[in-house]
Amino acid sequence: MKTYEQINNSIESGKAVVLTADEIIDYVDKKGLAAAAKEVDVVTTATFGPMCSSGCVLNFGHSKPKIRMSEAWVQDVLVYTGLGAVDVYLGATQLRHRDPENMDYPGEFRYGGGHVMEELVAGKTLQLFALSYGTDCYPLREIRTYFTIEDLNQAIMVNPRNCYQNYNVAVNDSERTIYTYMGTLEPNRKNANYCSAGQLSPLLNDPYYETIGVGTRVWMAGAHGHVYAEGTQHAGGCERTPEGIPKGGAGTLALTADMKQMREEFVRGVSFRGYGVSLALGIGIPIPILNENILKRTCVRDREILTPVVDYSVDYPQNTGKVLCYVNYEQLRSGEIAVEGRKVSVGSLSSYYKALEIANLLADEIRSGSFRLAEPIAYLPKESTMRPLLIREKPS
Amino acid sequence: MSQTVTKKLMLFFPQCECDKPIIYHLVKDHNLIINVFRAKVTPEEEGYLVLDVTGTEEDIERGMDFVKTFNVSINYTGKGVIWDQEHCTHCGHCVTHCPTGALYISNRATREVAFCEAKCIECLECIRVCPFGECTSAF
Repeated sequence: MKTYEQINNSIESGKAVVLTADEIIDYVDKKGLAAAAKEVDVVTTATFGPMCSSGCVLNFGHSKPKIRMSEAWVQDVLVYTGLGAVDVYLGATQLRHRDPENMDYPGEFRYGGGHVMEELVAGKTLQLFALSYGTDCYPLREIRTYFTIEDLNQAIMVNPRNCYQNYNVAVNDSERTIYTYMGTLEPNRKNANYCSAGQLSPLLNDPYYETIGVGTRVWMAGAHGHVYAEGTQHAGGCERTPEGIPKGGAGTLALTADMKQMREEFVRGVSFRGYGVSLALGIGIPIPILNENILKRTCVRDREILTPVVDYSVDYPQNTGKVLCYVNYEQLRSGEIAVEGRKVSVGSLSSYYKALEIANLLADEIRSGSFRLAEPIAYLPKESTMRPLLIREKPS
Repeated sequence: MSQTVTKKLMLFFPQCECDKPIIYHLVKDHNLIINVFRAKVTPEEEGYLVLDVTGTEEDIERGMDFVKTFNVSINYTGKGVIWDQEHCTHCGHCVTHCPTGALYISNRATREVAFCEAKCIECLECIRVCPFGECTSAF
C-alpha cells in the first residue's frame, strides 16, 4: 500500500519507478504482482485520436476603443460569443464559413475548428473578425485583426468529452460506400475501423475509476492539465466483462489545460471525407500504484478487452442498439477480424504509435520529477447510464 | 543477355510534347515494356507522367536519353504520390484502403505506418481517406 504523498516524494527525489501500461504487463508476469506492486510507483497510460467534444476558450484582451463581440470568426471559423466581451469559445467540429459541406457529396471538409486549434498551438498568425451592435461602454462595431497565441491573455482548452473508455468497431453492411466519423467504410462489410489505444488507453487501465477522478493531473499534448468533471455521456454503469472491462463506450473525461504549453504534433485538425472536421489530441494519464488491485488492472491486455462491432449504415444511424458481435483488440491489431464467419480487414483512427510515444514522454517527465501526481478531489460515477433523447409530442 | 529490371519514374514536361508519340518510341525503338499509372496535361500545357519501365539497364538508359531530347525532367525518386513521414500520425486508416499494400503497418508492436513507393499504383485513394492530409499528389 502506498499513498499519493509517498509516490510524490519518490517523484520529487527522482527515484520513482515508472513503467508504461505496455511495459507493465510483462514486468508483472516476471516479478509477480506483490513484488511489482511494492516496487512500481506509477504506470503511464495514453491515447491519441479524434475527440470531437473538444474546444478552447480564448481571451483576446481589449482593443482601443473597446468592443463587446457579438459575432466572431477566427480564420473564418465561427466562434461562440455568448460570454464576456472578449471571451470566445472555439469548437473543434465547427466548419469554416461557406464550407460546401456535403453539397458535392462526399464533401472534403478541409478546414475547421480543429485545424484552427492546431495552427494556434503551432504559433501561426490567425485572423480575428468580429461584429458588435455597439454599447455605451463598448462602442466599436467591427474589428479585423491578426494575432498569435502569444498575444492572447488565455488560450485554455476546455473539452467536455475526451478519452472514451472503449469504443465501437464500425462496419458498413450496405451496398454503397459510407462516410462517417469512423472514417470511410466500404460496402458489403469490406473494412472495419476501430478507435482506441486498447491496453494503453487510460480508462481501460482504471476501469472502475479508482485513481482517475476530478482533479487528476493529466498530460494534454505536452501541457499539464487536469480532469475537471466526468465527461459528457459518461456511463460507468455499462455492461462489463467478468474482469470489469466495459464492453462499449462507458466512461469519459472532461479535460482542461493551457494551450500555451502544448506541442503542435499532439494537437491535430482532422478532416473526415463526407462527415466533417474534428480534432485529434494526445493525452497521457498516470496511474498511481496505490495497491495490488490497481496494479493488476493496469496489466489488462488487448485480448481481454472486448468491443462491439456495429453496422454504421443502418444500426448506428437508426439507433437500433444492434451489435453484430464482439471482438478484442488483439484481433483488431492483427489487421483482420472475423464477423459472422467472414474476414474483414481492419483499419484504425486512433494512433497506437503516438499513444506509445506519449506514454513514454509522460513516464520520462515523472522520472525526472517534472510531473507530480494529483489526488482526485471527487470520483467519477460508477453506476450512471446514458439517456436517449426522446422525440415527444408538444405538451398540450 | 542482360537481366531486365523495372523502374518507376515520374516524367515532367515543362512544355507539353503532346503531339509526339514518345511512349510508342520507347516501346518500338528501345524494347521497353511500359505501364502507365497516371498522366496529366495541365491547362498551362505542363505534362506529368508516372510509369513503370521494364527492360535491360542499357535499353532503359537509351530510352531515357531519347526522352531527355524532349526537354523533360526525369524523377527517379519522388513520385506522383507523396507521403509525409514526419507529420503522419500512424493512425492506420489508410492501410485498408490502399489496394496494393503500398501503405502498410511496418511494425506490429508499435503500429507504425510505412510507405513502399514501388508498390504504389497512384490510385490516390490515400489522399481521399487520410484525415490528416498527409498524402498528397505532385500534380
